[in-house]
This record gives sequence, C-alpha cells and structure tokens, in this order.
Amino acid sequence: MTPFLPADWLPVIFAGLMALSILLYVVLDGFDLGVGILLPRVAAEADRDRMIAAIGPFWDANETWLVLGVGLLLVAFPSAHGIILTELYLPVAVMLAGLTLRGVAFEFRAKAADLKQKRRWDHAFVAGSLISALSQGWMLGRYVLGFADGWAAAGFAAMAAVGLAIAYAFIGAAWLIWRTEGDLQRAAIGWARLAIWPMGIGILLVSAVTPLVSSRIFDRWFAFPEVLALAPLPIATAALLLGLGSLLRHMPLPGDALRRVPFWGAVALFALFFAGLAWSFFPYVVPERLTIWQAASAPESLTLILAGAIFVLPVILAYTFLAWRIFGGKARDLTYY
Amino acid sequence: MDALILARIQFAANISFHILFPTITIALGWVLLFFKLRFNATGDDKWMDAYRFWVKVFALSFALGVVSGITMSFQFGTNWPGFMERVGNIAGPLLAYEVLTAFFLEATFLGIMLFGFRRVPGWVHTGATFLVAFGTTMSAFWILVLNSWMHTPQGFELRDGVAHATDWWAIVFNPSMPYRLSHMLMASVLTVAFLLAGMSAWRWLRGDRAPSVMAVLRTGVVMAAVGAPTQLLLGDMHGLNTLEHQPAKVAAMEGNWETRGGVPLVLFAIPDEQARENRFEIAIPYGASLVLTHRFDGEVPGLNQFRGAHPPVAPVFYAFRVMVGTGMLMIGVGLLSAFWLWRRGTLPRLLMWGLVGMTFSGWVATLAGWYVTEIGRQPWLVHGVLTTAQAAGPVPAASIGATLAMYLILYVLLLAAYVGTIYRLAAKASGAADPLPKGLPA
Ligand code: HDD
Ligand code: HEM
Ligand code: HEM
Repeated sequence: MTPFLPADWLPVIFAGLMALSILLYVVLDGFDLGVGILLPRVAAEADRDRMIAAIGPFWDANETWLVLGVGLLLVAFPSAHGIILTELYLPVAVMLAGLTLRGVAFEFRAKAADLKQKRRWDHAFVAGSLISALSQGWMLGRYVLGFADGWAAAGFAAMAAVGLAIAYAFIGAAWLIWRTEGDLQRAAIGWARLAIWPMGIGILLVSAVTPLVSSRIFDRWFAFPEVLALAPLPIATAALLLGLGSLLRHMPLPGDALRRVPFWGAVALFALFFAGLAWSFFPYVVPERLTIWQAASAPESLTLILAGAIFVLPVILAYTFLAWRIFGGKARDLTYY
Repeated sequence: MDALILARIQFAANISFHILFPTITIALGWVLLFFKLRFNATGDDKWMDAYRFWVKVFALSFALGVVSGITMSFQFGTNWPGFMERVGNIAGPLLAYEVLTAFFLEATFLGIMLFGFRRVPGWVHTGATFLVAFGTTMSAFWILVLNSWMHTPQGFELRDGVAHATDWWAIVFNPSMPYRLSHMLMASVLTVAFLLAGMSAWRWLRGDRAPSVMAVLRTGVVMAAVGAPTQLLLGDMHGLNTLEHQPAKVAAMEGNWETRGGVPLVLFAIPDEQARENRFEIAIPYGASLVLTHRFDGEVPGLNQFRGAHPPVAPVFYAFRVMVGTGMLMIGVGLLSAFWLWRRGTLPRLLMWGLVGMTFSGWVATLAGWYVTEIGRQPWLVHGVLTTAQAAGPVPAASIGATLAMYLILYVLLLAAYVGTIYRLAAKASGAADPLPKGLPA
C-alpha cells in the first residue's frame, strides 16, 4: 500500500467520518431515547412535560447524525452498505418503526385533545424509544459477531440489546441531571445510580467477546507491543465508571455543582467503548469479510463529497452550537410562541 | 408474490407516505415566513394568529416528514442494494450533499423556529424561519436532481458496469431536472394553497369569523389562482421534455398504440394491453398531435415502437388523467374563487364547501403525478442503464411482506391521527379559547 494515493487514504478518512457521525448519533440520540425509556418512571404530568421539554428542541437534529452515518456508509462503502442492511433487514425495519413512533409522538402528545389521548401518545413515545434502543443494541450484537447465526449469537445480540437500552437510560438520566432541578433531578440521579453498574457490565461483556470473534482481533488486543498502547482504554473506562459511581452517590451537590459531569462522563464512556470497537475491527467495514478499501466507491466521487464535508461540517457544528446556547440551562416549558 | 414485486410495493408505499409531508412543508415554510413578515410590517395581530395556527400544522407535518424520510434513507440499502453498487458514484454525492446542506439546516433551525420565539430576538426567529424554508427547498432540489438524473442520465461513463461521473455539471443540470423541479415545487405550492383555503373555509363555515381566517383563505386562493394555470404550463413543458427523452412513457400516458399523425387526445378509455387497443374511448380529434407537436397532423410515437419494453399502460394512463383532471379542477375553482373574492370580498357557501372538498386535493394530484413519472419509466430504474430487477437485493419475500404489513398499519394509523389532529386544532382555534399573549416580540 502506497500511502499517498487517494484510493488509499480516502477510505480511511471516510471510515473516520462515518464512525464519528455514528458516535455522535449514539451519544446525542442516545440521551433522547434514554429520556423516552425513563418517562414511565414519573407519573406527574408536569414532570413528564419537563422531561420532554429537555429534549424537544434537540431530537430532530440529533437524529440527523443517523442519516449522515448511514448516508456515509451508503455513499462511501456501497457494497458494505448492501451487505449490512440486507443482513440487518428485520431489525432495521423494527428500529424505523420505533423511531417513527417516537418522533411523531412528540408532536401528537403536545396537541392531544385530553389527558387520555395524551397518555396514549406517551405510551407510543416510550414504546418507540425502547424499541429503537433495543433494535440498535441487537444490531450492534449481530455486527460484532460478523452476522453469525445460531442460538449463542442470538443470545449475545439479545444481551447487547438490553445493554444498550440501559446505557441509553444512563445517558438520558445524566442529561436530566444537567437539565432539570428539584425532585425530578433527584429522581434522575437515582436512575443513573441504578443504571451505571449494569451498563458497566454490558461494556465489559461486549469488550470481552470481541477478541474471541477472530484470532486477528485477539492478537491485536493481546500481542505484546500493542497491549501497552491499548492498556489505557480499559483503565480509563474503569476509572471513569468508578468515579461517576461515587460522584452519583453524593449528588446533588450544593449549588448544583458538577451537574454537567455525569453527562460528559457518559459521553467519554461511550467514546472509549466505541474506540475499542473501532480498533478491533479496523480496517474491516463488514467484520472479517470486507475491508474499507475493498468496499470504497470511486475516489473522484469521494473527493467531491469530502470537499463539501470539509466546508459544511464546521458550519453545521457552528449552528448546532448556537442552538445549544439558545436552549442552554434548565429545561423550561416548551411553547411555540 | 415474489420478492421483487414486494420490494417495489414496499418502496412505493414508503415514498408515497413520505412525499405527502414534504409537499406540505416545502411551501408552508415560505407561507409562514410570509405571515411572519406581514406581522412584522403591519403589526396586525391577524397575521400572528395565522402564524400561530399554521406553525402547529407545520410542526406536525415536519415530524411526519422527518420520520418517514429516515425510513427512506435506509430503503436504498435494504431494497435496492444493486442501485448503489451500480450508480453509487453518482447517487452518493447527491444524497450526501442533501444531508449536509439541507437536512442539518432544517433540523437545527426547526428547534429555534418552533420553540425559540421568546428566547431569541425577533430577527433571529424570522431568520430561523427563513432557513427552515430554505432547507426544505434545498432538499427538494438535491433529491430531484438525483431522481431526474435517473430519468435522463448523462455526464457519466460505464466502467465494468459501474457508472463513473465524468461531468458533474451535466449530471446536476440533466435535461429533465429544471422541469421536474419546478413542477414539483409548484405542486407543493398548490397543495398548500388548497390546504390553507380548505381549512379556512371549513372554519368560516363553522362560524369562525376571526380576521385571520379570511386573511389565510385569501392567501390560499391567490396562491391557487396564480399557481394552477402556471402548473398547466409547466406540466405541458415537462411533457414535451419527456417526449424527447422517454417517448415510451408519453405513449403510455396518451394511450397511443400506433405511431402516426393526427393522433386524438384521449379523455377517457380503458386501455387493453392484451388486444393493444383502447376500449370505450372518448377523444378529441387531433388533440394529442396538437399538444405534443403543435401541428394537427404531427406524428406522435406509439407503443408499437416499444413492444416488450414499455411500462404497464393502464396505471400510467389513469394516473395521468387523475393528475391533469385535478389540475383542471384546481384552475377552475382557484380562478372562480379569486374572481369572487375580488368582486365581493367574500365567497358564497357553495364555493366555500367546494374549497373544503378540495382541502387535500394537492395530495391526490401529487401522488398521481409521481405514479405517472415512476411507473412510466419501468422497466428501467436508471433509464437505459439499470433495470429495477437488477437492483433488487437477496432479502426473502417473507421478510419484505412482514415489514410491508407493519409499515402499512403504521401509516394508516398515523395518517388518520394526522388529519384528525389538524381538524381538531382548527376546531379549537375557532373556540377562541386561545387568546393571543400580549407583548410578543416582532
Ligand atoms: C420533493 C421533495 C422530496 C422528495 C422527493 C423526497 N424528500 Fe425526503 N424530505 C423532504 C423532501 C423530499 C423535505 C421537505 O426536506 C423533508 C420533509 C419534511 C422534512 O422534515 O424534510 C424531508 C425529510 C427527509 C429526511 C429527514 C431529514 C431530517 O432529519 O430533517 C430524510 C432522511 C429524507 N427525507 C430522505 C429522502 C429520500 C431517501 C428520498 C427519496 C427516495 C426522499 N427523501 C424524497
Ligand atoms: C416523492 C415522490 C415519489 C413517489 C410518490 C414515487 C413513487 C414511486 C412508485 C409508485 C414506484 C413504483 C414503480 C413500479 O415499480 O412500478 C417508484 C419506484 C422507484 N422510485 Fe420513486 N417515487 C418518488 C420519488 C422518488 C425519488 C425522489 C427517488 C430517488 C431519488 C425515487 C426512486 C425510486 C426507485 C429507486 C424506484 C424503484 C423501485 C421500483 O421500481 O419500484 N423515487 N417510485
Ligand atoms: C394541469 C395540468 C398538468 C399537466 C399537463 C401535468 C403534466 C405532467 C407530466 C407530463 C408529468 C410527467 C413527467 C414525466 O414524464 O416524468 C407530470 C408529473 C407530475 N405532476 Fe403534473 N401535470 C399537471 C398538473 C399537476 C398538478 C395539479 C399537480 C399537483 C398539485 C402535479 C404534480 C405532479 C408531480 C408531483 C409529478 C411527478 C414529478 C415530476 O415528474 O415532475 N401535476 N405532470
């Protein structure tokens, strides 16, 4: 491989961009879905409205990272896109139904005729969030095992499904700790305490299984010089988990100090976990079957997209930042005018 | 049924559901900007009232557009893996530019537009409204560039069966793009025109005399009166363009079985593909020749030229008549209402009811139009390059059938909830239980 040909490095850049947008999606829509999963934990109407107000202005833009991630897979690695989406045909359809329910429930519940109807859309919201989270976790499990069939693989996928739903609940609770106050915030701290350890076990399990998928990955994790370079990953993960766990035991702190830390801690955890996976599978897009170079589109098309992306992504980040500024602070009631 | 047919039905069902909402949001975004600017300029509360009601309809339509659009972005991979493998080098950048320049823009500023009224200065809110409208129009531009390229592909070469771009300018400005884009944007304008007029007429008939009701009704009627005749013109030009590039489609639209001169314009018939002729034909002599060649004896290509390689005739033929028929009705009702409003300042009850009946007529014409276009290009997916069958994936029929059933159930429920909610919002707005808060920023 000569490192300076576009056909060699463009796929790497696109794999990076794609991984980045999927990570952003998982973190950003993760907290939306998590709040959806947690919604039935509160009964009072005002609290429910407040929880939804905490994600209302964000969810649509958050979901767009999924479109970008899948879009990049589609445009940069078309043959991998075909294989992955036909392998995951059913869970993808289930996830789409879940995302549909979740997305429309926002609007319908705000315009419901009476409390009964509103509650019905609340159910749709919760069901949609849960279904989306579970199916995404299932897909993660199937992907990690290279789409292997059989009961053991299905069991692993089921565990990944539950694990991801719990992880989303955690980051959702962490978001609420930042964005709410009073009783609701105290409740959110409780949920985060409950979710953190199962989430830790989930991370451990998936991480432990990945090296068993292939001897290539196994060597990568345990061969000598690499192991030193990689050691910080599990160590940092463990330290973060322990630190967050003990912080949560002491929250809420006077003056609402450190209210942002659980959320950003969760972001860091997701990123570390993701980096581990990426390290294991690189350079494959379809685990152990298709490398990013085999799957990549023509360099001239990729160059054209890259030119656009370099120009547009900073603009997107800038106005995303603007929206976060405008809707910063504690969630207030959402009104159209 | 085999997997290919099911995959086609599923794709058609999903995109048909999706397009219902973009057709509303594209033009409604601009209408909301208009209301906002009128309010800023006049300070008249009726424009704010109009904005407040229609922004709710917009938010609801947008949410449905987004979630069904997410489904669409997965459909290429799940249903047509062969599509991206063969023409991904061209479709890819176009789709990517749509996400980068349009989707993020509209999704981010939507939050500010909907919930930012009291949090940002008035001009930022007006600007956000503009950016959302601009974003929806941009996304229509990119996706229609792609769709038009699939109808009239150019600017590429095939290497080992895979399309490689050679001239992006030619790809983006492909021959049918200007016609398809302007016809679709005008379809959105008309859909919204009749939605505005129809809902307002309904409120008026229920006794709602709020000043905003008539203001919105007038807006809708003016849009219809100007837009509907324009659409006839655009559609005619579009048809001539199609005659040049996809003559088989035009032959199916016209129900013309033989290439000849002096072809009549068939108003109604039952095309019989076995006998290759029309039954129960009602036609205007020389009409089709006149429309398509501007000469009475002009020669019009017939289906006999494309035996075995033309689209199914009946669906294209009927859908075309549904679209043009609706368009004619829109011209009639639009002009009549405009004339009446201009002379009398109000409308007779009968015309009000007519507008109510046509509230969703834009949806009917838009769907019919898309069916003409899309069924009319079969058996090709990318004209002359890739057939639909070549693009299909290996997913078993049972999986497609099951998910199709799931989507259909979901869509029926959501559509019912959508229409029901709009009418309920209108009834509630009429109840006057919703006074305008004081001291709104301009
Ligand atoms: C003529 C217009 C038009 C057409 C033909 C299509 N769309 Fe669309 N789409 C829009 C016009 C639009 C829009 C106006 O931009 C929407 C509707 C409401 C909205 O939120 O944006 C949208 C939303 C939308 C979204 C969500 C964007 C977001 O998160 O904001 C996706 C992923 C797609 N579409 C994808 C597609 C695909 C893959 C299509 C074709 C196969 C397609 N659309 C046809
Ligand atoms: C938005 C309105 C649209 C509607 C209502 C629509 C409708 C349809 C219908 C009814 C078919 C089925 C034709 C048949 O199989 O006989 C079809 C096919 C198809 N359309 Fe569209 N279409 C729309 C826009 C688009 C756009 C924008 C694209 C791509 C950019 C697209 C891509 C396709 C593809 C890939 C097929 C092939 C599958 C098939 O033949 O069934 N469509 N569409
Ligand atoms: C009034 C007379 C009309 C004429 C002569 C006309 C003509 C046409 C023609 C020839 C096509 C097929 C384009 C192709 O070959 O691919 C078409 C498509 C279409 N029509 Fe119309 N049309 C009319 C009215 C309308 C109205 C009222 C609407 C909606 C409100 C509408 C919406 C559409 C749409 C959405 C398409 C598919 C997209 C496209 O190809 O542009 N049309 N029309």
